[in-house]
Amino acid sequence: MSNTIIKVNNISKRYRIGAAEKGGRSFRELIMDGVSAPVRNLIRLRSLTSFTKSNEEDVIWALKDISFQMQEGEVLGIIGRNGAGKSTLLKILSRITEPTSGSIEMHGRVSSLLEVGTGFHPELTGRENIFLNGAVLGMKKWEIEKKFDEIVEFSEVREFIDTPVKRYSSGMQVRLAFAVAAHLEPEILVVDEVLAVGDIAFQKKCMGKMEDIAGGGRTVLVVSHNMALINRLCQRTILLEKGRIVDDGPTHRVIKRYVGSGLSTPAERTWDSIKTAPGNDVVRIRAIRAKNDKGEVAAEFNIQEPVYVEVEFSVLKDGWVLEESLSFYNEAGLLMFVALDNADTAWRNRKRPPGIYRGICKIPANFLNEGTVVITAAITTSPHTLHASALEVISFQVFDPGSGGVRGDYTREWPDVVVRPMFQWNTEYTR
Amino acid sequence: MEPKPSIIIKPRKGWQLINFKELIEYKDLFYFLVRRDIKVRYKQTVLGGLWAIIQPFFLMVIFSLFFGALAKVPSEGIPYPIFSYSAMIAWIYFSNTVSGASNSLVSNSSLVSKVYFPRLIVPLSPVVAFLLDFAISFIILFGMMLYFQVYPGVTVLFLPLLVIIMMLLASGVGTFLASLNAKYRDIQYTISFLLQFWMFASPVVYPVSMVPERFQIIYAINPMTGIIEGFRSVLLQTTAFPTRLILISGLVSVCIFIGGAMYFRRTERYFADVI
Repeated sequence: MSNTIIKVNNISKRYRIGAAEKGGRSFRELIMDGVSAPVRNLIRLRSLTSFTKSNEEDVIWALKDISFQMQEGEVLGIIGRNGAGKSTLLKILSRITEPTSGSIEMHGRVSSLLEVGTGFHPELTGRENIFLNGAVLGMKKWEIEKKFDEIVEFSEVREFIDTPVKRYSSGMQVRLAFAVAAHLEPEILVVDEVLAVGDIAFQKKCMGKMEDIAGGGRTVLVVSHNMALINRLCQRTILLEKGRIVDDGPTHRVIKRYVGSGLSTPAERTWDSIKTAPGNDVVRIRAIRAKNDKGEVAAEFNIQEPVYVEVEFSVLKDGWVLEESLSFYNEAGLLMFVALDNADTAWRNRKRPPGIYRGICKIPANFLNEGTVVITAAITTSPHTLHASALEVISFQVFDPGSGGVRGDYTREWPDVVVRPMFQWNTEYTR
Repeated sequence: MEPKPSIIIKPRKGWQLINFKELIEYKDLFYFLVRRDIKVRYKQTVLGGLWAIIQPFFLMVIFSLFFGALAKVPSEGIPYPIFSYSAMIAWIYFSNTVSGASNSLVSNSSLVSKVYFPRLIVPLSPVVAFLLDFAISFIILFGMMLYFQVYPGVTVLFLPLLVIIMMLLASGVGTFLASLNAKYRDIQYTISFLLQFWMFASPVVYPVSMVPERFQIIYAINPMTGIIEGFRSVLLQTTAFPTRLILISGLVSVCIFIGGAMYFRRTERYFADVI
């Protein structure tokens, strides 16, 4: 287990972001621009791949001095915000692009899964695409032939296997593509968020397959925004921020840091200036936060404790009936439920005088499922006037301690569901 | 247990040799890409593979009308239609392959930016895939041979050599243009002009003998000259086997192949970034 299988030494990657093009102002300038455009374009296109001292202003370092090692059989998670360099790192590890400096040593066959169904051709049949896609992912013809039946079985599209995939539903295409990918057997597997595909049942099957792979002694690198997935698969996680490693260690600790540090969508959002706060001249949102039982702002909640979502807003103009609403999304972007303030009758159909208000919505304990919850807040007047909205403004994690709550003593994996409510349940002995 | 392959990833600089070992390792992918190119080409068409014949056939008809019947271009003692068709099939293979290869990186950009494999496979796949069309187009040639009573001689045994030279040339030009096209999309608009110009600079619609003596040397540097002249010679016995022309062609083609492939290898490291 202690063989170093991947050794990454000081990897950096430089990209050039296209410099903004300026528009000409006068007619003469427009003409001149048109004439000189080819020259400017040539310089611009050339500069995409040549880096000299003189043109450094639009260069960004997607990765800067990344170093880490992986042991054989290790499953490593990579997390970070969009643009932190996660995908670039995977592309370098899978040899799609080269690092600008630094080096990587790897021992073993590498397969990368940055997308499901790379190379699929709509005109080809399912059978033909299995072979093509398998070869694209680095399988040999005999390997594909050997696993063909297994792949078809897994994909659940046997009866359409000789139909062009353009006649497939998108779900079927994804299933077929994942089936091929799931039967790769490299020593090192590099995966980018490919699991957010297909219907829930199939996702679950994919997850099971991923866990088999991760548990099967293979060395795996996973990039994901899905903290629950990272938590389940990886012992160790790297947190990237602006192209650098800011943390590398046990998954639980790194996720906590990521969630707690405000690198992800924070658990609290306040607006200092009323002018820039979301809203209009009737009402503006001042703050939104998630709080626990003790009244503290929190980014992590035990599944067995309640969550209080607080919305603070200023009413600026008299004469409006207002409603507060909160939309709750899970990490897959699915809208789980919407909460309205109708439980509180105090302001129902009553015009609100100007001032500062604070609404608190309590999500009961034993209701949310494990995972990330993202909240969008809005203030409206029925039936359809939207005054203020803050989209995906705060988030928090719900974790499952593994026993208690609706789970009780059930220790296996909980089914893939949207919510996990604990209902009242009475059983009587009747005979 | 078999030893695990070790991979070192680091920035490469300058010229790269062709990594034949790796190409052989990925021969299955190459095979499936060629198959895809062949299978997909005439999908959802009524005439299917017939298109491989129609294209050179109609060009031959048009050229026979304008150059043969109206302009009275000489055709080395054989009927003009078969004179031009024999060149046309070689030329159409060459031009389809070059334009297919040049656009191959861009049209396979999802592959290039999502998985690793030796990039050379992509522009080389049309070189093999178009061989099928090329073979189909011979059917008409056989028909015309019977009709016009023009037959090949023993030198027809050299035909495979000519085809190989032509494949090398198409590969060289195709890989070079493909890597340029990855970065400068101007190439895709240039290719049709380039190929049209190249066709008239090659003895497709007229015989080599029409070219003035003093230009013959320069003319011979165009590798398609030797190839097409060779085609006519071995298929229709128009002239003696043009050994000298073919030697020049072969040499130039090998140089272009090596140059194109090396330029491709030199630039391939940034394909995924700019495509």
